[in-house]
Amino acid sequence: MAKVLFTNEHEYVQVKDGVAYVGISDYAQEQLGDIVYVELPEIDDEVTIGDPMGVVESVKSASDIFAPVSGTIVEVNEALEDQPELINEDAMENWIAAVQMSDESELDELMDEDEYKAFLESEA
Amino acid sequence: MKKTPLYQDHVDLGAEMVDFAGWNMPIRYRGLVQEHEAVRNQAGLFDVSHMGEVRIKGPQATEYVQHVFTNDVAGLEDKQIVYGFLLNPEGGVIEDLLTFKVNDNEYFMVVNAANHDVDMEWLRSQVGDFDVEVIDQMDDYGVLALQGPKAQEVLQKLVEVDLDEIKLFRFNDDLTVAGVAAMVSRTGYTGEDGFEIFVKPEDTSKVWNEILRVGEGVVEPAGLGARDTLRFEAGLPLYGNELAADRTPIESGFGFFVSKDGDFIGSDVIKTERDNGSNRKIVALEVLDRGIARSGYPVYNLEGEEIGLITTGYKSPTVGKTIANALIQSEYAKLGDELLIGVRNKKLKAVQISKRFLAKK
Repeated sequence: MAKVLFTNEHEYVQVKDGVAYVGISDYAQEQLGDIVYVELPEIDDEVTIGDPMGVVESVKSASDIFAPVSGTIVEVNEALEDQPELINEDAMENWIAAVQMSDESELDELMDEDEYKAFLESEA
Repeated sequence: MKKTPLYQDHVDLGAEMVDFAGWNMPIRYRGLVQEHEAVRNQAGLFDVSHMGEVRIKGPQATEYVQHVFTNDVAGLEDKQIVYGFLLNPEGGVIEDLLTFKVNDNEYFMVVNAANHDVDMEWLRSQVGDFDVEVIDQMDDYGVLALQGPKAQEVLQKLVEVDLDEIKLFRFNDDLTVAGVAAMVSRTGYTGEDGFEIFVKPEDTSKVWNEILRVGEGVVEPAGLGARDTLRFEAGLPLYGNELAADRTPIESGFGFFVSKDGDFIGSDVIKTERDNGSNRKIVALEVLDRGIARSGYPVYNLEGEEIGLITTGYKSPTVGKTIANALIQSEYAKLGDELLIGVRNKKLKAVQISKRFLAKK
């Protein structure tokens, strides 16, 4: 299984062959509650680390997804258009968009699973 | 932050707590949609102890209430309840509230937590020569709302009187619930049948837990999140969203709760608006494109000119569609006409629909 990395905004990245599959963490989906809409980026969109690249909306609120890495969108998870609740069912399996990375060294700034768990505990 | 008498019960139930108008309140327990559906199909129990209570007492109580409140209370029977507004002299809404008539010399008002202080100041400033007392009773009550088609069946297990005797918008202030003295009204904020239960702060936790116990498998504790989606679907306004101090009840679409021939603060402005029409109007929208319209988002005509804003919008748990209320310039208000809603960098297409969202179920 590919290595999973996390941001402090609760996005995750799974890297396969230079492509970063971006989603929101299980903690994030639980905090949001029932997800009713996902605004996907468009293929070929250029994204810059830290900038909004999509939106996840629960019944109550809209939350930006911030790009965990810079690059070009090469794939989006279209299944989420009709079934946004898939994220609630399995956030790690249901990534949102895939980014062809322009600078893989940006991954060094992200947390691994253990660091992310420690981060969540420090936040609580 | 202020806490209701049920704070510890909410924490024990694992509620997510938020700051609401200075109160530490549960926004959800097991999940907003689950709680919403429980109220529509079975029953939900809400802590609404943050609401304010005001008692108006004195020989001129009726005259005073007729002066500050938009709906007619002189014609009510004792133990009857009516919804209405406090208006400023410009006809803007200071507060929306239920007024309970105890008798000709005594009324009881239930006001929003967020407006409590403003209301008290306003109500006291209007006493003038009226022979009345305006008594702040915010700290005297814990309040529960048991709402849903099974609400009566559950509550009946804890009271000795026949709840059929408490009709819609009536109350009984001389009964016991789970053995403690209570006032019970058949009122609510969800569009479902249900009751609001007023007890002493120290008795609130007992009543809350007894309702959950006798209602096990039927009653779900429900938070402020579900309270808002439920009231929105039912077409009920929220102060700060549909209602505001710079907006008349006519503009908000709630002229029904303003007496046509009463002489109260703001009544002249309302009369003029009834005769000449208002410049703005709240309409209901269904969003046709993908996306969700939320409170505060701008609304445009098809030429792209800004003509108003969204007051409340949700992906409706009951109807399954994205629907919204919007305050727009009256000239664009027409059932079936399309408008645009600005959502981030996009403009989504929406169509004006009937405000009776639940009738589409």
